[in-house]
Amino acid sequence: MLVEAGHFALALALGLSLIQFVVPLWGARANDPVLMAVAPTSALAVLACIAFSFLALTFAYVNSDFSVLNVVQNSHSAKPLIYKISGVWGNHEGSMLLWVLILALFGGVVALARNSIPMRLQANTLAVQASITIAFLLFILTTSNPFTRVIPALPEGQDLNPLLQDPGLAIHPPLLYIGYVGFSISFAFACAALIDGRIDAVWARIVRPWTLGAWAFLTLGIAMGSYWAYYELGWGGWWFWDPVENASLMPWLAGTALMHSTVVMEKRDALKVWTILLAILTFSLSLLGTFLVRSGVLTSVHSFAVDPERGTFILGILILFIGGSLALFAWRAPMLKQGGLFAPVSREGALVLNNLFLATACATVFIGTLYPLALEVLTGEKISVGAPFFNFTFLPLIVPLLLLLPLGQTLAWKRGNFLGTAQRLYAVFGIALLATLAMLAFQHGGPVAAPLGIGLGIYLVLGSINEIVTRSWSRGAPLPVAWRKARGLPRSAWGTSIAHAGVGLTVIGIAATAWGVEAIGSLRPGERLGAGDYEVRLEQVTPRIEANYREDVAVLTVLGAGRELGTIETMKRLYVTRGMPTTEAGILTTGLGQVYASIGEVQADGSIGMRLYHKPLVLLIWIGSLVMAAGGTLSLTDRRLRIGAPARAKVAPPVAVPAE
Amino acid sequence: MRFVLALMAALLFGGPVFAVQPDEVLKDPALEKRAREISAGLRCLVCQNQSIDDSDAQLAKDLRLLVRERLVAGDTNQQVEHFLVQRYGEFVLLKPTFGTHTLLLWLTPALVLILGGIGAYAAMRRRPRPAAALDAEEQRALEDLLKRDQGA
Repeated sequence: MLVEAGHFALALALGLSLIQFVVPLWGARANDPVLMAVAPTSALAVLACIAFSFLALTFAYVNSDFSVLNVVQNSHSAKPLIYKISGVWGNHEGSMLLWVLILALFGGVVALARNSIPMRLQANTLAVQASITIAFLLFILTTSNPFTRVIPALPEGQDLNPLLQDPGLAIHPPLLYIGYVGFSISFAFACAALIDGRIDAVWARIVRPWTLGAWAFLTLGIAMGSYWAYYELGWGGWWFWDPVENASLMPWLAGTALMHSTVVMEKRDALKVWTILLAILTFSLSLLGTFLVRSGVLTSVHSFAVDPERGTFILGILILFIGGSLALFAWRAPMLKQGGLFAPVSREGALVLNNLFLATACATVFIGTLYPLALEVLTGEKISVGAPFFNFTFLPLIVPLLLLLPLGQTLAWKRGNFLGTAQRLYAVFGIALLATLAMLAFQHGGPVAAPLGIGLGIYLVLGSINEIVTRSWSRGAPLPVAWRKARGLPRSAWGTSIAHAGVGLTVIGIAATAWGVEAIGSLRPGERLGAGDYEVRLEQVTPRIEANYREDVAVLTVLGAGRELGTIETMKRLYVTRGMPTTEAGILTTGLGQVYASIGEVQADGSIGMRLYHKPLVLLIWIGSLVMAAGGTLSLTDRRLRIGAPARAKVAPPVAVPAE
Repeated sequence: MRFVLALMAALLFGGPVFAVQPDEVLKDPALEKRAREISAGLRCLVCQNQSIDDSDAQLAKDLRLLVRERLVAGDTNQQVEHFLVQRYGEFVLLKPTFGTHTLLLWLTPALVLILGGIGAYAAMRRRPRPAAALDAEEQRALEDLLKRDQGA
């Protein structure tokens, strides 16, 4: 009964979002406040309906209601509760429902923020938002209904894909989707501005927090997916340039560019047209990501053709929204007035360069991901584009961007002085260079990439610290004054520096993978295998039976410098219902590095295969991403974003100047 | 207990093959290092965008052994890759060769960067100069206004 109610609520949400689409748009044209006021009300009603529908499906999962097809296909009564819940979005239908839920959630927040957003802008934005909701609700209701019943009900479900039965992947999709869908708000605001033909710094200030928030979540989502791949897939890699990963990296790159260009627009009223275009492109790439992952086009062009209904529908949505918004852009953008002049050497100029490199990097990932598909469709020729291509093309674009980052961050707005700026970074550059040289000398002919990359990371981290220091301390000033000044810096300045330091940490972590050591061997109990400074000793291999899987557990003692550091377990699991095996890595964290062991097969002589890695500083890859997201979140709490209307800052108390 | 052991054996032997096996590793570390480098650039043809170095598939294992066989026989890295391309087509290379069919793929990054750079530079130059000199008529009008101001 609840299941049918959930289905009905979804249909009701479709009707309500039609109202949310038509009435406010009309109201904004007719300048009728009553009609425009329909927007927030209907947005909240849509949210209530979709939330109810989502809860109904979750309820069916938690209670293992095997009369619902979706539950049968993706759940099992013996599964732990957390995976029963995460099973809701661990499949196509449910994940699309999560997608619209988040879309409606964002609409609801925009609806509640009625005091800080001008009414016309809010009405137009919610109308554009509703058009996306309509498209996706139609998609769910016609091709991907999660509420289909099976009659008669089945006694047991077919279990969730074992790879997804993992805490990391339980929260990965919600984080990722909040990121993807969050950009829909920037998109809706951009379209609203185009419809209205008006865009100014107020617009930029309203849009920026949404972009920042979406970006922070997408960063977390990607980092979580990467860490999951690292420990679950058992190869010790953390990024594979897989199309599914690229699908999330593209909106991230475009979103990063958008976040920076809105700063220019807010502060200097420049780059308006570009910012609007970027907002459209970012969400278009989010849609494209959804299409690539959901249509099955990635597995093969043919699997798309086998089940064309869903794929064609999403392709239609894609063409409608990307084509529609770009047409709107082409029509209205020339009417937008440009403002804010700046010299090429200035903070604005640096941010233009940032956008140029990020946009090119994004285009590179785009062409690399889609080229094989296009080529096969057009000529039938099959090629592969994988990690070696991306490493070769992507790195030369990112390294100059990172080299310029501390410089750009230090440059003055409007007209900067390059030499003066570089002078402020001499110390930073010097320390990073010395550290690089020291590492090169110390490592006795190891890989050159590691010291160079780590040097770059140090340069970024120190550059960020330097930015805060030079803004709050001048030579000879007493520390308490500097501290007070530093605390008085806007939170967005702190957020920027912290996020940039996070980039540096991630770069260090990535570069240090070149120092990683790998060993492959076969072990009998009591035997040892060494990788670099670490060794493992196989203690025993024992079978174990859990509720929904069986596993063989290899227990290993980790030894470093002759001392026992701890024991780890690496498992080979068989999920009984699906008959699907997985490998679970055993990981021991030592400081920021990890000892990583992955069990293999039984060899002909009765020993078991083992892969052992020592990965120094590897955790920095993800710690850096967390720091980036934290910086974004801190910036989100900046005073000017919390307060809708521009307010004059309190006059600072006079600071005592020490006698010379 | 015997049941569990039987299951365990079935599980261990029946599962997918593990990426690079201990028994595949070549004795000569330099040759093995080259084998790993080549493997990282070759696609496991039945997998989704995985290199044969990472893949658990049986085909990947066969290819890994093939690569090592060729290396032991004295082939250079290029010869090994060439050999595999002849057998399986260009699909096997994770980094496609540069040619007319991949022209757009390889040139896009450079093109976007250069055209974008030119576009950004042109947009910056095209901005209206704020202080253009007044033409004769405007100058006269200005003087009139100033004169009137002084007269008042």
